[in-house]
Amino acid sequence: METTLEKPETAPDRAAAGHETKMECSEVNVFYGDFHAIRDATLNVHAREVLALMGPSGCGKTTFLRCLNRMNDAIENSRVTGRILLDGQDIYAPAIDPVHIRTRVGMVAQAPNPFPKSVYDNIAFGPRLHGFVKGRAEMDQLVEHSLRRAGLWDEVKDKLDERGTDLSGGQQQRLCIARAIANDPEVLLMDEPVSSLDPNAAAIIEDLITELSEDYSIVLITHSMEQTRRVADRTAFFYLGEIAEIGITQDVFDNPRDPRTVDFIRGAFG
Amino acid sequence: MTDRPENFTEWYTSERFNVGVRRRRTREGVLRGLGMVSILLAVTMLVTLFGSIFYQARTAFVQTQIGLEVALPAAEFDGGTQAGADAIKDVNFRGLVADALYASLGGRPDSRGARREMLALISADASFQLMERVIEEPSLIGQQSRFWLPASDDMHNIVQGVVDRDVTEDDRRTSDAQINWIERLEDQGMVRSAFAWDLLLRNDSRDPEVAGIFAGVVGSALMLTVTLVVSLPLGVAAAVYLEEFAPKNWFTRLIDVNIRNLAAVPSIVFGLLALAVFIRVFGMPRSSPLVGGLALSLLTLPTMIIAARAAIAAVPPSLRTAAMELGASKMQTVSKVVLPNALPGILTGTIISMAEALGETAPLLMIGMVAFVADAPSSFLDPAAPLPVQIYTWSTSPERAFAAKTAAAIIVLLLFLFLMNAAAIYLRDRVQKKW
Amino acid sequence: MTPAIATYGVLLLSVFGYLLGLRWALRLEAGRVRAMHSRPYYHGMWVALCMLLPAVIFLLAGLALKSFVPEWIVVRGLPADYMEGKRASLVAARLWSIANEQFGVSNVQPLEQAAADRLVWLNKLADWIIGLGALVISILMGLYALRPIDRAFQARNATERIFLWILIACSAVAILTTVGIVFTLIFDSLRFFAMVSPTEFFFGLNWRPITAIREGQLGQEGSFGFIPVLVGTTQIAMLAMLVAGPIGLFSAIYMVEFAPHGVRSTAKPVIEVLAGIPTVVYGFFAATLVAPLVRDFGESLGIPSSSESALAAGAVMGIMIIPFVSSLSDDVISSVPGRLRQAAYSLGATRGETIVRVVLPAALPGLVSAMVLATSRAIGETMIVVMAAGLAANLTLNPFEAVTTITVQITTVLTGDQPFDSPMTLSAFALALALFAITLMLNLFALQVMERYRDQYD
Repeated sequence: METTLEKPETAPDRAAAGHETKMECSEVNVFYGDFHAIRDATLNVHAREVLALMGPSGCGKTTFLRCLNRMNDAIENSRVTGRILLDGQDIYAPAIDPVHIRTRVGMVAQAPNPFPKSVYDNIAFGPRLHGFVKGRAEMDQLVEHSLRRAGLWDEVKDKLDERGTDLSGGQQQRLCIARAIANDPEVLLMDEPVSSLDPNAAAIIEDLITELSEDYSIVLITHSMEQTRRVADRTAFFYLGEIAEIGITQDVFDNPRDPRTVDFIRGAFG
Repeated sequence: MTDRPENFTEWYTSERFNVGVRRRRTREGVLRGLGMVSILLAVTMLVTLFGSIFYQARTAFVQTQIGLEVALPAAEFDGGTQAGADAIKDVNFRGLVADALYASLGGRPDSRGARREMLALISADASFQLMERVIEEPSLIGQQSRFWLPASDDMHNIVQGVVDRDVTEDDRRTSDAQINWIERLEDQGMVRSAFAWDLLLRNDSRDPEVAGIFAGVVGSALMLTVTLVVSLPLGVAAAVYLEEFAPKNWFTRLIDVNIRNLAAVPSIVFGLLALAVFIRVFGMPRSSPLVGGLALSLLTLPTMIIAARAAIAAVPPSLRTAAMELGASKMQTVSKVVLPNALPGILTGTIISMAEALGETAPLLMIGMVAFVADAPSSFLDPAAPLPVQIYTWSTSPERAFAAKTAAAIIVLLLFLFLMNAAAIYLRDRVQKKW
Repeated sequence: MTPAIATYGVLLLSVFGYLLGLRWALRLEAGRVRAMHSRPYYHGMWVALCMLLPAVIFLLAGLALKSFVPEWIVVRGLPADYMEGKRASLVAARLWSIANEQFGVSNVQPLEQAAADRLVWLNKLADWIIGLGALVISILMGLYALRPIDRAFQARNATERIFLWILIACSAVAILTTVGIVFTLIFDSLRFFAMVSPTEFFFGLNWRPITAIREGQLGQEGSFGFIPVLVGTTQIAMLAMLVAGPIGLFSAIYMVEFAPHGVRSTAKPVIEVLAGIPTVVYGFFAATLVAPLVRDFGESLGIPSSSESALAAGAVMGIMIIPFVSSLSDDVISSVPGRLRQAAYSLGATRGETIVRVVLPAALPGLVSAMVLATSRAIGETMIVVMAAGLAANLTLNPFEAVTTITVQITTVLTGDQPFDSPMTLSAFALALALFAITLMLNLFALQVMERYRDQYD
C-alpha cells in the first residue's frame, strides 16, 4: 500500500504541471428518448492522468463515460449532441467508425465480464479482430505482456487454457483490464472497477490504476472518496446530468466551490 | 516494465486498418442481410401457403346450379297434392329431373350413351335435393316450377373455368357434346353460380359438388367437448398441486420431467395409446368422439398444465399471505383467492390447447376416424370424422373438385383457429393490464 | 342394469349424501356458527366425496376387468381340440360376431353358439355385478361418512385431505400416460417380435408389410426390414432441418441482435402463425403445390423424380418447423448476458463479430439442444409425410424420389381393416416403439443440455 499513501502528494504536482489534452468534450448533451440524461457537459481529459468522475447514483456518470467510446450508439433512442474530440478529431464525425474509437478508447466494466473462453483467448480477442499481430509467437508475446501489465501473469501463466470465468473475482477484473490493454488503447474508461470486489482485490486494482496512468489516460467512475484521493489527479462532480465542479482532486475536496459538491462531500464524510 | 511487442497506435490510425474495418463492416452486413432474407423467406412461405389455399378454394365457395323447369304431375304422387313425406320419397325424382333436362336441351336423346352423357350434367344428388324441397313444400305438387339444382362436379369445373373448355376432348373428362349442352343452357340463362351453402350445411358425400363439412364440424365440436371436460380439470388440478402443494422431492421431479417429455412425444404415439387402452382394454367404440377426445386430452395435457402453472405462478404471493392471515386454510386460499385470480390466464392456456387439439389429425387416424361418415354424429359414441380428418380424406380423393373443397374446408378450419387465437390474445392482454 | 345407469345412480346418491350431510350439520350448528369446527357444507362435501370416489374407482376397475375376463373364461372353457391351432383373441372375436348375429358369419358350430351365449350371459352378469356393487359401495360409504359427524368433527380437514389426494392423482396422470405408452408399445412389440425376428426387423433392408388375408396365411407374409424406413425418416428430417435450421437460426439472430423494436414486434408473431397452422394443412400444401413443383424441377434436371418426394415433404416440414427453431433460438440467444456483448463492443468488435465470436459460442449448447428438439419434432411429424412422402419403402438417397417414414408406415398399417393380431398390425407398435425411443432420447438429451445451459446464466 506504499504507493497509495504517496499518491496525494504527487497528484497535484502532476496535474499542475500542465498536460497536453487527450480528449476534449464540449457541451455534450445526451438524450434517451425524451429524457435529458447529460446537460452541456464540458471537460478535458489530459494525457496520462487519472480523472475521477463522482456524484450521486443516477447522475449520468456512466452515461457520460459511455459517450467517450461511443458505447451509447448501441442503445435504441439515444442521441448525443455536442463535440467530443480525441487528439483533435471528432469521434462522432460521420466518417468515423465506432470500432476505430473503441480500439483507441478501451473500457473496463463495473462487474468483471470475461468471455466464457480461455484466459488466452480473452486477451487475444481484440488483437485478433483488428489484425494487430501476425503469427502465434507474436500473439503469445502480446498476451504475456498484457497479463504482466495487469499484474496477473504470475497467477495465470500456468492456466492460460482455463476458462476466464473460472478465475476469482479480482483476477477476472484484472483479466478484463489486461484484455483492454491488449488493444493498446490511449484512454482507458473504468466504471467502478472495484465495486464488486473484496478489499484486498480492490487494493491491487487501485495500485494497478496508478501504475497504468503512466502510459494511459484513465477516466474512472468511483463512489469512494478515499479511493479518489488516493488515485485521481483530477476529479469531476456530476449532479443530475450536469458537471457541478471539476478540478485538481486536492483542491476540490478541500475547497469545494459549488454548494452541491459541498453537500456531497459533507454527506459522504459526515 | 516489460518490453512491448509493437506499438499499435500507428497501425490503427493507418489507412490499412480503416480498410480492414470497412471489410469487417461488410461482413456484418452480410449477417444482417442473411437474417432479413430468412425472415422474408419465412413470411413469403406463409403468404404462398395462404395464397395457394385461397386460390384453390376460390371455386369451392360457389355452387354451379342449373335451372330446370320440373313438372311435378300430381298423378306421380301417391295421394296426389295431399301426398305425405313417405309417399313423396317413393316418387322417381330422377326421372322427373331427367325429363326436365331433356326438355330444355331439345328433347330426349335416342341413344342410351347420349342420355347418360346428358344426365351427367346434373349432380347425382340433384334428385334428392328436389325431393327434400317437395317434402318441405308439398304445395309444389301438381305444378311446374323452376328449380335450381347443383350441376355435376365436371360441369362445375368447366363453368367456373377450373378446366379449360378449349383443350382437346381427350385431355378433359367432359365431352364436346356436354360442353355444347352447357353452353346452350348458359345462353338460355339457366346456369348460375350461387354461394355454396351445401359446403357449410351438408354432410360429407361421394359427390364433391354437394359434399359439406357440417358433420366434420359437429364431430370436432363433440370431440373438443370431451377434451375440454377431461383436460381442463386434470390440468388445473395438476398445476395447482405442482405450484402450491408439491414438496421438492423425487416424485415432484418425476412428474415434472414427465410433463416436459410428454410435450415432445410425437402425437401419433398418443393415437396408438388410445387404440391400445381406450379401444382394446376399455372397449370403447372405434371412431367415436369419446375416444378421440380422450386421446387429445392426453396430448394437450402438458400444454394445459404448463399454461395453468404459469397462470398460477403469476398470482402475486401477497394475495396468498393476505388470505392465510385471515385464517383461510391452504386449500381455501387456493380455491377462493389463487384460482379466481389465475382464471383468465388459465382460460388463455385452455383456448390455446383447444386450438392445438382442433388441428390435430394423426392420432385420430390411429383410432379409426378415417371412415366415410355420412351423418353428423349425434352422441359421443357415434362414429365421427372431425374436420381435419375430413380435410385429409378429401385431399386423397381423386375427383378434381375435391381439391377445391379441401382448400375451402381448410379455410373454415383456419377461421376457427383464428377466432380461438384472437380470443386467447384478447384475454391475455386483459390479464397483462391487471398487474 | 348397465354401468351407465349405475354411474348416474352413484352421482344421484352422492348429491343426496351431500344434502344429508349438510342438513345434519345445519341442525347441529343450530344457528351458532362458532359452535362447529367446520362449516356445514364441508360436512356435506365429506359425505358426497366418500360416496362418490370409491364407487367410481370400483366402476372403472370393473369395466376394465369386464373387457377381458368374460372372454378369457369362455375361451378357456372351450375344448382343447377346438382351440387347436387357433389364436384366443380371434376365437373371442368370432364368438362376438356370432353373438351379435353379424352379417357374414357362417358355419356356426353348436359348440360355438353355446360359447357365444355364455359370453353374452357372462357379460350381462358382469354388468350387474359392477352396477350393483358400485351402488352398494356408495351407500355403505355414505353410512360410514355420516357416522362421525358432530360438532367437533374436522370435516374441512378431512375434505381437504381428500382433495389433496385428488390433486396428486391428477398430477400422476402424466406419469400414468408415459407408463401407458411404454407398456402398450413394449407389450405389442414383444408380440410382434414373437412372429418376426428382431434381427430381420432391425437389420432387414426390405420393408413390405403384406396383409395376411386368411388365418392360415399367418407366418408367411412380407418382409419387415426397418432400415429403409429409418433411412427415409432420417432423410426427410435432415431435409427439414436444412430448411428450418438456417432460416430459423438466422431470423432469430436478426430479431434479437439487429431488428429495431418495431420490426421485431411484427415479424415475431407473423412467423409464429406458421406454428399455429395444422399439419394437415401443410400436408395439403405439400401435396398440391410443392410436390408437383419439385417433380418438374427434378425432371428438368434429368433426375428420376416421382410425384411424391422426400424433398417436397422435407421442405414443407422445414417450413412448419421454422417458428419452432426460431423461437427456441430466440430464447437461447436472448439469455446470453448483455455484459458479454458490452465487453466485445468495448474492445472494438463490430456487432457481427460480437455475434459470431461471443454470442453464438456462448449460446452453442442451447442452440444445439434447440436443433435436436426440432429434429425430434421432424421425426415424429405425421400428416405432411403421409400426404406428400409416399408409401413405398425405397432405399434411396435421391431426394426427388418417394421414400417412406416411420410415421407413414404406422398410419398405413393401422388405417387398414386388420385384425389386431396380424404381424402387420403389430409391426405398427414395433415402429412406434422405435419412434418413441428415438424421440425420447433426443428430447431427454436436449432438455438436459438446455437445463444446464439455463442454469449457467441464471
